[in-house]
This record gives sequence, structure tokens and C-alpha cells, in this order.
Amino acid sequence: MSMRTLRPAAVPGTIAAPVSPAPAPAAAGAPEHAAAEDAARPVALAKALGAALRDAMAADERIVLLGEDVGRLGGVFRVTDGLQREFGEARVIDSPLSESGIVGAAIGLAMRGYRPVCEIQFDGFVYPAFDQIVTQLSRLRQRSGGALRMPVTIRIPYGGGIGAVEHHSESPEAYFAHTPGLRVLTPSTAADGYLLLRQAVACDDPVIFFEPKRRYWERGPLTPAEDPPLPMERARVTRPGSDVTLLAYGPTVRTCLDAAAAAAAEGRSVEVVDLRSLAPLDWPTMTASLRRTGRAVVVHEAPVVAGLGAEIAARLTEECFYHLEAPVGRVGGYHVPYPPARLEKEYLPDLDRVLDAVDRAFGH
Amino acid sequence: MVRYVASDELSDPPPAEHGVRLLNPDGTPRAHPEFDALLDVEDLKSCYGAMLRARHLDDAATTLQRQGELALWIPLRGQEAAQVGSVRAAAPADFLFPSYREHAVAWERGLPPVEVMRLLRGITHGGWDPAAYNLANYALVLATQTLHAVGYALGIQLDAERARSAGPGMAAVATVAAATEGRANIGRPTIGSDPENARGAPARGHPENIVGPPIVGRPTNTVGLPNVGRPTNLGDVLDAAVVVYLGDGAMSQGDANEAFVWAASFNAPVVFFCTNNQWAISTPAARQARVPLAERAAGFGFPGVRVDGNDVVAVHAVTTWALERARAGAGPTLIEAYTYRMGPHTTSDDPTRYQPAEALDRWRALDPIDRVARALAPVCDPGWFDERLAEARATATRLRAQTLALADPPPDAFFDEVLVTETDEGRAQRAAFREYRESFQV
Repeated sequence: MSMRTLRPAAVPGTIAAPVSPAPAPAAAGAPEHAAAEDAARPVALAKALGAALRDAMAADERIVLLGEDVGRLGGVFRVTDGLQREFGEARVIDSPLSESGIVGAAIGLAMRGYRPVCEIQFDGFVYPAFDQIVTQLSRLRQRSGGALRMPVTIRIPYGGGIGAVEHHSESPEAYFAHTPGLRVLTPSTAADGYLLLRQAVACDDPVIFFEPKRRYWERGPLTPAEDPPLPMERARVTRPGSDVTLLAYGPTVRTCLDAAAAAAAEGRSVEVVDLRSLAPLDWPTMTASLRRTGRAVVVHEAPVVAGLGAEIAARLTEECFYHLEAPVGRVGGYHVPYPPARLEKEYLPDLDRVLDAVDRAFGH
Repeated sequence: MVRYVASDELSDPPPAEHGVRLLNPDGTPRAHPEFDALLDVEDLKSCYGAMLRARHLDDAATTLQRQGELALWIPLRGQEAAQVGSVRAAAPADFLFPSYREHAVAWERGLPPVEVMRLLRGITHGGWDPAAYNLANYALVLATQTLHAVGYALGIQLDAERARSAGPGMAAVATVAAATEGRANIGRPTIGSDPENARGAPARGHPENIVGPPIVGRPTNTVGLPNVGRPTNLGDVLDAAVVVYLGDGAMSQGDANEAFVWAASFNAPVVFFCTNNQWAISTPAARQARVPLAERAAGFGFPGVRVDGNDVVAVHAVTTWALERARAGAGPTLIEAYTYRMGPHTTSDDPTRYQPAEALDRWRALDPIDRVARALAPVCDPGWFDERLAEARATATRLRAQTLALADPPPDAFFDEVLVTETDEGRAQRAAFREYRESFQV
């Protein structure tokens, strides 16, 4: 095997640096359209999420927030900053440290007619609530013969790249995408953060809302990229290309856009699809892209084994077999517990691992 | 080495350990310093009918299971007083969260008995509209429902908060909201609207229950523990409260303990009704607790009361007190109804492998229905008892016929109501399933 040179990112400050509270420069690849000045002014993803909650709560008094440290503190990532001041302690509830309680209480509130938005402080802390989500929240509609609605949104900051201790960098989305009765969404931009969260809160079904925490401080306009705004179950072709499709979501969308820019410099046209919705998956958008390019690579932080990439690769192979120039590739985490911070750079899919998979797609 | 109390030691406590008792096993009244009987003769007669019906329905269901007509049955034998006494303390606006053995609660709430059979015949995982009876669907995963109950109780508090903050002119905001789609999940109490289930109004709160000559009891006595005593003049600050049923086994679950924390922290209007039937399948209550379960409440910061679960009068009195406390804004209560599971855990269980036969004999002498019969014997002639028996048998016969007449659901019913917002994926899977099935019908 020959020595290879790591390729530099075409867009600076994307994957190597951990999230810093200092605002990052406006993200390249942000939706390019004219819009009202306020909405066009770049805001951080975390602020966009907070704005979505504020606007939703102002519009509908049945929306209540509950979670650990969401009120006085404004959340450990400050997503709910100022909301308790504005809406009061009755609607922005600092909960006991009890994740199962947060989701279980949200279910009861929903039965009483409220539309709770829960915050699970970190991805790795959702497991105490897993039972309530999987055996109760996802099933109460069917269990009640369609009588109950469960308009519960569960926000979960997820993914690595922030130099954290154990349980603060995980990507548990496949568990929830695997569970019938749930919708699973994840934004990658500020505009989608606002739009998808508004759509999630307005949805009459439970939504697990994964927020890519290392992108919290990346900025973009609030204005939706499309007019009318994209429905929540639709994926987006964020960067058109003709040679290969990168299928990404949440934190790896930026990684893939960087990879596409680097590949372009080498004369390769890479299409990047932002899945946005992980349950349901937007098969028409994915298959249309693959039929154009003939090659696809799925990129996520979660372990590849039995991950979403496996479902996507299998289904795309079933539906697009005769359009495939190469097997659908997968880039993701190894089948190991998420590593300690000093090693996460080695573990996380980065530009080079994505381009390596692209190279292999052309090697067939 | 930890020494666990043997199950046979635990299941034979001295009478004082039965907790609040207002009706002795021989049917004579018994005074209690904190609680008065709130059921008059007519109420007690009605309770007797309900308990007897429950037993006959229960037995009919066990028979149906043995004949292969139900996938499973979860007998309630022995717990008729705990269930009937507590549900009759609840007002129509109160919301009840059962576990999975509270069939008599469901039936008393107006749910047609056959609805429970639909679940255990394998037609549905739940089936009824909780808002139609203010009764949640059964929860089979232990203690999950305790958190739903607390959340629902928080919603009751939020409704009151919204009505208050909206000012007197807007006091009806919660009511208005209830009438709109957002509150489609609640309201519409239809208790007793089904002729099959017209069993008279709930006994709670009728002035005659308090001022009329009670069959047992004594004048109100509020001396004693703080917060204990019947709060006849507290007045309701909330328009409803919540009762959630759980068992002695569920008391070991994390969710139950989280629910206690939440309820205490928010002073939620919820009554935790723990039916301690002393067995979690084969696990004795002694493996769940080294102290009476009611004592756990003190550690969370709210009152806990053990009540004789085979005494319908005491169960009703204590639950009424706890619900009035909750509606008055005084917060949660834990009630431990001390009783005994006289049958198997389910029809799949064989309690002879672990349950001492003599315990069953001892508790048979404490039978909750016999106790009420002894209390009523001086005031009801044998003909009245015969009528109740005939009525209970007729109800059971009807249930049997209704169960046998239940149709299987259509083959693709499992695609129904997975989501409100059905997905393209869901539609495509259902279409593929139908196409596959039809491919066999050439």
C-alpha cells in the first residue's frame, strides 16, 4: 500500500476544530437566495432552534418545554435561553434529573391536550428514557385505536467532535429510526434547524429531533432554502453533482460538502444529499440522485454495523440495482464505544475518509 | 448475608397490619380515628353488586381462556374491593390510569366488559378511547403509567394556571381549549351511558353520603397526622385529579420512584394507588420491600396510607380523602391497598409452585365480597342476594356470548394508526402486503 497524502479541506474550520462558543464564520454552502434582511442575517444553529421554540410557544399556548436545566440556565447549550423569562415557569419547566420522567410526563401532558417539547441534555442520557419512548410514546396512538395523539418532540443534542467525556458524543439515531411510530429528524443548517423544529412541534406524532451539537455555532440565514419550505420528510440535494452521491445528515453534511469541494478541485463532481428526515427516509430523492450519478456513499457518525447506512445501502441496491456502477459505500463509526476525546478525530468520519470511500466507488 | 422475610411470614400479618379498616371481616363496622365511612347502605348494596359482577365476569374470562377463546386472562380475584372502592371514590372528571389487572375499575368506569376481552383475545393492544371514560389504556410495562399520570396531573395544574393568568373574563380558556381539537383527547365523560353498564352514579361527594346515617363509621375526626383526616371543607382549586394504579412489583421500578419525585416536586394532584397483592408472579412482596410500601411515601415528602384492600368501605374512604386532598391542591398521596392475589398472576401461571396453600386459605376467610355480604345480611333479605347473583351470572353469560361473537380484525389492521401523519413508506408497505396476500387468491 502506498503512502497517501491527506487532502486539505477546501473550506476552513470545519472538522478538525472542536465546537467553540465563539461564533464561527458564516458557513459556505448556506442557502443562497435573497430574503428579508432579518431572516437573511446569519444566526447560529443553536439560536435558530431557540427562535423556533420561542415563535412556536408564542403562537400556541399548549406548547410547554421540559428538561434538565432548560429554564433558569437556558439549557447547557443555551438553546432555550430566555424562554422561561418570557413564558414563565409553568411553560418552561426545570425538571428533576429524571429522563424517563421527562418523557413519561410529556406523554401525560399530551394526553391532557398539551404539546410538550422535551430536552434530553445529551445523546448518551436518552437511554433511561428509552423505555418510555419505545414502549409508550411510539405506541400509544395505535394502542388507543387511534384515539390519542402524541404531539411530543424530544430534542437531543447528538454526535461527537466537541472534546467531551463519555456519553456526550453519541449517535443513537438508528434505535429510534428502527422503532415504528416515531418520526426522526435532524437539521444540518440554521435554516433547517428553525424550519424542522417548527414542523416537529406542529406535528401530531412524536418526533425525535437530533441536533448536531458540534454545528450549534455554525451560522446561516433563518430563511428557508426553498419557497415553499420543504416538507419535513423530504431530503434536499444541497449540492448538485453528476459523478457520485454523498448521503449525509446532521453533522456529516458539512463534512460531505467539504469533501465535495475538495473533490471538485480534482475534477470530480460530487452530489451531496442532506437526508434531514431519518424516519421516514426520503427514498424518491435518494433514488433519483443515485440514478443520476450511479454511485453513492452514506456518511454518518454512528457505527456502520447495523446503522442507517446499512438500511440505505440495502434499499438503494434493491431499487437501483441496474443503475449502480459500484456497491453503495458506507463511512461511519467503528464498532467500538465512542472513544475518549483525544482519539475522536481518528474515529469520526472526516473529509479524507469520505473521499477515500468516493475513490473506492470509482475503483469498481 | 441479607435475610429476606419468607413469603409465608409476610402474608399472615396481625390484623393491625391490614391498615385502615372500617368494616371487619365479620361484617361489623369498625371505627378509625382518621377516616369515616362514606358509603351508606344503598352505596354498599351497589358496591356489592359491582363486586359480585366483577367476580363472575372474571371467572367467565378465565373459563374462556381455558377454552382457547382468549390468549390470556389476568384474574382479579380477591381484589374486587380494592378496585370497586377506589374507582367509586373518583369523580367523572378525574382521570384514571390502570395497570393491567384493573378490569373492575374499567367496568365501573363504564367500559363495556367485552372491550377488555378484545385486548386479551388478541384483537387489539388496547382499543378504547381513553377520553370516553377518562380511563387510560392498560400499561403492561410496569410503572410506565405512573409517569403518564403525573404528566396528566401537571396538565390539570397548567389548565388551572392558564385559567388564572387569563383573568376572570378568560377563566373559561381551558374549557374553550378543551372543546377544540387540541383537547380532543380529554373530556366527554360518558360514565353510565352504556345501558349494559348503567350502574348508578359514583358514590363520591353526594351530600347524603356524609349527612345520611352511615352504616359504619363515626363523626369526622381530623386529629392525628398532619394532612390526614377528611378535608370536608377544603374546596377544590383544581377541577380534576388523577388516580394511577400500580402493584407491589411495580414499586421496585425506576419509573414509579421517578413519578413519586415528580409528583412531590410539583405537588401534583395524583393518587398513587398501590395494590399490594403480595405477589409479583412468584416474587413475594418481601423481595420488593423491607418496610410497608406505604411508608415509602414519607421519604418522597407526601403522605402514605395503608388500607385494608379487602374492605371496600375503607378503600373508598381513604381514596376519597386522597382525591379531595389532590383537588384541593394539597398534592399527591400513596395508598397501599393491602390485599391478596387469590388466583394466578395470569392464566399462564401456576402459583402452586410457589404459593403456600395455607396463605390462600387464610385470605379466603377475608374475602372482600363475603365481608360486604355479612354487613348487608341484617338489612337485605335472601331474595335480594339471589337477585344480585342472578344479575351477575346474566352479565357473565352476556360477556361470554359477546366474546365469542368478536370478529377478528382485518389482516392489514396492524398498519392502522401507527402515525397520525401516515408516511409514504407506511402506505407502500400496506399496499405491498395486500398485493402479496391477493397473489394467493387466483
